[in-house]
Amino acid sequence: MGQNIIDLKNITKIYDETSVLDNVNLYIRKNEFLTLLGPSGCGKTTTLRIIGGFEYPTAGDVFFEGKRINDLPPYKRQINTVFQKYALFPHMNIFENIAFGLRIKKIPEKEIKIKVEEMLQLVGLQSFAKRSVESLSGGQQQRVAIARALVNEPEVLLLDEPLGALDLKLRKGMQIELKKIQQEVGITFVYVTHDQEEALTMSDTIAVMNEGKIQQIGTPEDIYNEPKTAFIADFIGESNIVKGIMIRDYLVEFANRTFDCVDKGFGENTRVEVVIRPEDIEITSAETGMLRGEVITSTFKGVHYEMIVKENGRRWMIHSTDMAPVGSTIGMNIGPDLIHIMERGI
Amino acid sequence: MKSKQKILAYPYIVWLIIFIIVPLVLVLYFSFSFREGGLTLGNYRRFMTPIYGKVLYRSLKLAFISTVFCLILGYPMAMIIAGTDISKRNLMVLLFVLPMWMNFLLRTYAWMTLLGKNGVINNILGFLNFPTLNLLYNNGAVILGMVYNFIPFMVLPIYSVLAKMDKTLIEAAKDLGANETTVFRKIIFPLSLPGVITGITMVFMPAVSTFVIPRLLGGGQFMLIGNLVEQQFTHVYDWNFGSAISIIMMIFILIAMAVATRYEDPAEESGGLW
Repeated sequence: MGQNIIDLKNITKIYDETSVLDNVNLYIRKNEFLTLLGPSGCGKTTTLRIIGGFEYPTAGDVFFEGKRINDLPPYKRQINTVFQKYALFPHMNIFENIAFGLRIKKIPEKEIKIKVEEMLQLVGLQSFAKRSVESLSGGQQQRVAIARALVNEPEVLLLDEPLGALDLKLRKGMQIELKKIQQEVGITFVYVTHDQEEALTMSDTIAVMNEGKIQQIGTPEDIYNEPKTAFIADFIGESNIVKGIMIRDYLVEFANRTFDCVDKGFGENTRVEVVIRPEDIEITSAETGMLRGEVITSTFKGVHYEMIVKENGRRWMIHSTDMAPVGSTIGMNIGPDLIHIMERGI
Repeated sequence: MKSKQKILAYPYIVWLIIFIIVPLVLVLYFSFSFREGGLTLGNYRRFMTPIYGKVLYRSLKLAFISTVFCLILGYPMAMIIAGTDISKRNLMVLLFVLPMWMNFLLRTYAWMTLLGKNGVINNILGFLNFPTLNLLYNNGAVILGMVYNFIPFMVLPIYSVLAKMDKTLIEAAKDLGANETTVFRKIIFPLSLPGVITGITMVFMPAVSTFVIPRLLGGGQFMLIGNLVEQQFTHVYDWNFGSAISIIMMIFILIAMAVATRYEDPAEESGGLW
């Protein structure tokens, strides 16, 4: 992946005595697709705005290719942004919107025309140059916003929940398209979203944020399969989270019995949280299962069934292609490598 | 449903007829008739003489200069108010509008005591051994009076457009490489045009027709068109000629507004005359 293009070192941001970002450290490598993922209010947008130069960190430094850029105004940064609500200029047509940045750089009109047309081609809006902003649909405005940012050939493109206002189908299409554009133009994307699926689909790297802190940085696979905290496990996909006790390395107790697991290093008899993905619970006959419970609801979800199973007062969510009828008693098996142990109280 | 809505419109239509259409028709009728009755174009023909042309020209010129000053002073003011945080904004607007609650005549008289030969400013100048100045009874005093009285009508519409403006547009422009000056020139000003045009309209119209300000601050030395109309009605009792002048003035205002609104974005619903 090469060198770091952006480094955030010990960034803290305080608004009116409320801490929004708390000692955030993050590096972004050249040409990667990095996603800041987290619930609303977690500080992901503030992080993006600090990179873009719209917010000034209360403490800490921002580096761009090794140079400190804390004091550099947005218009001097080789970074462009796609805003949440697109922020297209309503008094200009599509061509003028995309040409805006090039005009400021005093690029010859001939060249501008070629570049803008290339961009319109890239986002599939060739025939829209003369159209007004308000005559475009949300998805089209979104593409114009991307074209307007990309035409400046920035080193880094920041995207602040750019697909939030689109309907599901359009969003899925745009996700693939965005990823394609990123690979085609080969620049660094920093993407902000609260949609975990979007993050998993598009990113090379995901940084999960909560309450102003980065909780985990890793590849989508890492984040999904090895969540570091119960918060991440819960936020990324759906999870069964139960309290348990780590008896010793490789042995955990929860739901009134012990299970073999692959985690170690928690000490002996430590209180932990146990995370199990709904699709990792295997349905067996009531006699052979490690746990036994009664199916309370069963919902068809397209690819799988989602079942809630009640076991000794606990509720387990199971995703399975096998359907167990409501009211039946079933057994549940969990493989040792599918049990994720987290420290309690993070 | 439809008929119910129509019924709701009736009071407004009655109001419209009594207070707008009837007076307008009366003024039109007066302007085209003799004092004794009977139709004529004489009142208009009478206006087509150099003396009255001069009055009209002077009125339009002073109104234009005042409007330009209002715009130059009012726009930065509107930007400052729109730029403060919401908690202080209302206070600033209030401070700005507060003098308007005082009587218009009183405010204009106040300027007379400030600018007069033995007024506050000349007293201070005299005290400091500077020569006193003739501040009152000239074009400058009239323009000052107009700017002072009408500037809120420029500031408020511009302020309201600026306050409503989407701040992310400004951020987007900066993001694309625009510095503060370029942001203003290419984004803020063009988007505030509806407010500017409303402001121009609301300053120019009263400025062109005012008769109190030129009488008090101009000392009645030169006549503006507002004075001329007032004189015809209250002193000369030639309502027919007065009506004709009013109609001519109205036509000039309409022309001026048509020119101004031409530059407005047709998609924008607020502001402007049409």
